Amino acid sequence: MVPTHYYLILSAVLFGLGVVAFIFKRNIITIFMSIELMLNAVNLAFVAFSQALNKLDGQIFVLFVIVVAAAEAAVGLGIIILIARNRHSLNVENVDLLKL
Amino acid sequence: MNAPLIIFFVLAAMAVIGAISLIIQRHPIHSALSLIVVMIALAGLYLLMGAEFVAAVQIIVYGGAIMVLFVFVIMLLNAGVEERTNLSKLAGWAGVPLAVALTGFLAAAVARSQDAVQAATQYGAPAPTKALANLLFQDFVYPFELTSFLILVAILGAIVLAQRETL
Repeated sequence: MVPTHYYLILSAVLFGLGVVAFIFKRNIITIFMSIELMLNAVNLAFVAFSQALNKLDGQIFVLFVIVVAAAEAAVGLGIIILIARNRHSLNVENVDLLKL
Repeated sequence: MNAPLIIFFVLAAMAVIGAISLIIQRHPIHSALSLIVVMIALAGLYLLMGAEFVAAVQIIVYGGAIMVLFVFVIMLLNAGVEERTNLSKLAGWAGVPLAVALTGFLAAAVARSQDAVQAATQYGAPAPTKALANLLFQDFVYPFELTSFLILVAILGAIVLAQRETL
């Protein structure tokens, strides 16, 4: 049996790598993918707790997170297509209208 | 060292290497393929924990639907190699120490609470998918129905955003 905190530490490491990717990457599609990576890390923690506490609620939450991620991917990629069409670039530094 | 622990370390190494590869690849399509490796490894970990349904959903929805959508958009927009700018180097200098600190704090907090987690752990037989279905369609049926509204709104939003001519 794998101890639960192994899963939790792996989840923390994956979340941290997702944050690094979010900060590092300049391509808007890759930034969006790093958000998906962070969601996956959180899902891992949910399932680990679900197994450790012997309750199924954590797995239900994971299903809801996956549904929200699918909806988010559909809308987010629509926004990315709009940005690419209007700005002719995928670099986030060219999309700074809301910056002061 | 027993077999589940070895499988865990193989899959964990696969996931971490895939996540690092997502960061260092310059081309978005290579990053997307790395992310698929991470998702397959996580599905294996879910199987290891006895969550078969979540593992199947992870592969079908994440590995299948969402990542195909990403790859499709990358190819549609003909995304090229991302360019480095002064600002992104600055983000690297400031961001990496902060992210390492965040990961360190999280891992330290988890490691410190490991006794409490172990004390609360009550291993039983893995719950069958039938129990999951009972929970989802009885206790959580209202949120489950709400997600269908969410998906409907997302479909409408994606159509409105992506169409070329204005209404």
